[in-house]
Amino acid sequence: MLPSLEELRVALQGLLPGVSLVVEGNALVVEAKDVIAVCRCLKDTERFGMDYVANLTAIDYPPDRMEVVYHLYSMGKKQGPVALKVKLPRTNPIVDSVTPIWRGAEFQEREVYDLYGVTFTGHPDLRRILMWDGFEGHPMRKDYVPEDQDAPEAAPHP
Amino acid sequence: MADMVIDQGLQSELQKQGVYLTTWDQLVNWGRSNSIWPLQFGLACCAIEMIATAASRYDIARFGSEIFRASPRQADLMIVAGTVTKKMAPQVVRLYNQMAEPKYVISMGACATSGGPFHTGYNVLKGIDRYIPVDVYIPGCPPTPQALLEGLMKLQERIRSQSLGRAMSEKQGEYPVPAFGKAGLEPRYTQGVFQPPTAS
Repeated sequence: MLPSLEELRVALQGLLPGVSLVVEGNALVVEAKDVIAVCRCLKDTERFGMDYVANLTAIDYPPDRMEVVYHLYSMGKKQGPVALKVKLPRTNPIVDSVTPIWRGAEFQEREVYDLYGVTFTGHPDLRRILMWDGFEGHPMRKDYVPEDQDAPEAAPHP
Repeated sequence: MADMVIDQGLQSELQKQGVYLTTWDQLVNWGRSNSIWPLQFGLACCAIEMIATAASRYDIARFGSEIFRASPRQADLMIVAGTVTKKMAPQVVRLYNQMAEPKYVISMGACATSGGPFHTGYNVLKGIDRYIPVDVYIPGCPPTPQALLEGLMKLQERIRSQSLGRAMSEKQGEYPVPAFGKAGLEPRYTQGVFQPPTAS
């Protein structure tokens, strides 16, 4: 049985001194610098056994905030999810990649990179996955303006 | 049929005597319209309805169109069944270019016709008719198998009403394949094939 978020926070802070965690709603907010440490602890500690990252996505909060969200499950212990959030600045958001921990995060991080423009350092193959090479912008950001397909050819893209 | 019309009464009288009269175009179009081989490909959920149309319950074989060809060289009809994303559009146009004349296109469903529910999005083409000429549009999201069969019957009517010579010369040559640009496809539509609605 998975401990409550508050218990999880206390347990993690006991295991990882110097890491600050905050419970916010149903999620545990992690600082960007601590992502690798917290994720590895959640995966490797026998009690948690978070061996599966079911979902990895981002949320855009204009004007200045971007969040990356992780939903972790344990297939072995049949428990979860644990939701982690990382708050990032909206301009040039950078966070450590969790692909070295869970290989399944590779394509999901590429998707977040493609559609939200979050850079994952340490990712083995960070390039666009859905849009083509040469596409400009990150279409899932709230301020992205799609092209007008009816516009005459001469009109420049806004 | 377009060029020469036989008097129906005379034809009927002659048939009673065992004499059958027709025109070359009528004979050819009778054959062509009852053996339309579609290209076997699907893009989204409309393809599921297309598959249902081909299966036993709706049985597209009743109209002679059961032979879905996996090669554009052997297909007469392209059923654009589903959402055409900007990433897929160049391949669809290329497949159309590879089909032999006379060739026809059915735009199946709201997405292939206009972008459907995705028409304000960043990744979906607002209708395949921007790049290739469409003969029959089928509304629906997705259209029922009955609607697809109705569209096929409309196409048969169209084939029968046109001489083979005209059908051969109507859509010759290659249609330009769009390229990936910075925000979408370039060009956004092919001049002469599509005219965007004028802003009012």
